[in-house]
Amino acid sequence: MTRVLPAGDHGALIECDDNAAALRLAAALRARCGFVDVVPGHRTVLVTWAGERPPLDVDDAAFETQPGKLVEVPVRYDGPDLADVALLSGVDDLVALHTAAEYTVAFVGFVPGFAYLLGGDERLVVPRLDTPRERVPAGSVAVAGPYSAVYPRDSPGGWRLLGTTELVLFDAESDPPALLEPGDRVRFVAC
Amino acid sequence: MLTVLRAGPLLTVQDAGRPGLAHLGVPPSGAADLLSYDAANALVGNEPGAACLEATLAGPALRFDPPALVAVAGAEADARLDGEPLPLGEAREGALLELGRCRVGIRAYVAVRGGIDVEPVLRSCSHDLLTGLGPPPLRDGDVVRIGQRSSNRCQTPGRCLTPLGETLTVVPGPRTDWFGSLLDTEWRVSPASNRIGIRLEGPPLERLRRDELLSEGVVTGSVQVPPSGQPILLGPDHPTTGGYPVVAVVRGDDLPLAGQLAPGTTVCFSLG
Repeated sequence: MTRVLPAGDHGALIECDDNAAALRLAAALRARCGFVDVVPGHRTVLVTWAGERPPLDVDDAAFETQPGKLVEVPVRYDGPDLADVALLSGVDDLVALHTAAEYTVAFVGFVPGFAYLLGGDERLVVPRLDTPRERVPAGSVAVAGPYSAVYPRDSPGGWRLLGTTELVLFDAESDPPALLEPGDRVRFVAC
Repeated sequence: MLTVLRAGPLLTVQDAGRPGLAHLGVPPSGAADLLSYDAANALVGNEPGAACLEATLAGPALRFDPPALVAVAGAEADARLDGEPLPLGEAREGALLELGRCRVGIRAYVAVRGGIDVEPVLRSCSHDLLTGLGPPPLRDGDVVRIGQRSSNRCQTPGRCLTPLGETLTVVPGPRTDWFGSLLDTEWRVSPASNRIGIRLEGPPLERLRRDELLSEGVVTGSVQVPPSGQPILLGPDHPTTGGYPVVAVVRGDDLPLAGQLAPGTTVCFSLG
């Protein structure tokens, strides 16, 4: 079931059952005219418009969407938190576990191009650091809660760092500027 | 050509921003007081959306070579063009613009006929404080080109000085039921406020639900409530998703007022 909540006089926040439903709805609404932004969250879709409110029939059961593109992320698993995450999760071969799953970009936020990836093994659900690092280097591959992610740029951050990739996640000169868009699929490959 | 003789506390290039990229984590950015920004452009005959300068708290000193048609709108500050007073909302040609401290409001918009000519990033010339996208803030000695595109006649917009009500009208939601009433409190604007968010101080807003919120999209004008109960009113450079519940959102017509809220002043919210 979906529920439409107000988000100001030019926006609405639509609650969905789960992330897959939110991604389906976001793709369907994005294909229509009249919205300025269509922003999936973990279990929501935020829409905004400029003039009159476009129709918001949000019964997503009927929506069929194409699977997103598959992106392979080569990772050097040399992160400073590997040992801690192994301890917290009780898993010996973290690399095997982290590279086994196919992830989905649930939504993007925090900084441009920062994709929140769902679909990882449940044993890899670990809490954030008690004290965030002041600087996490660009390309850091990290986990926190149910998510995996790659830091697109140097930034502060409280996620646990498993490794590093050379991939460029965000480039303002590219179109689209973000490598990973909501709904895309991701595989981590050890290198 | 424009030379920045004195930049003041924060002088940035702004236009209408980067709407439409929030799903990639790119903030909307753009002028914090769009009404005054539009007014400044109209006064010098610029196309809507031309790039202007946004001065914060205190105005800059700028030299135009050759002399240019300029106008100032937004915060009330003493402006002098070639030594003569330049009233807010009037366009005149001159070579030296000096803008004093903002007395009412905190953001003054300086428009030059032709617009500020800087390289757009993701189709906008706006500096984004959160991400650093767009041209960096201007500093003393910087030289900026003036554009050529200004075919329009100069117009006198309806109002130039942003009226400063200390009451902002809001639409409740999306997470109104998580909190006690936002409306009964006079909030103080913290000095730790900027284009990303305005921090409000007061008695902590009562939280009725303890659930943790999963990250969801947020809009400019959202009143977000972190665990401290001290709300943050999101400005144009806000992160596009957030994990703190939003109790209410400021109406679009009142967003320019939010962009002029001065640290130390008070603000209330009403349902309008």
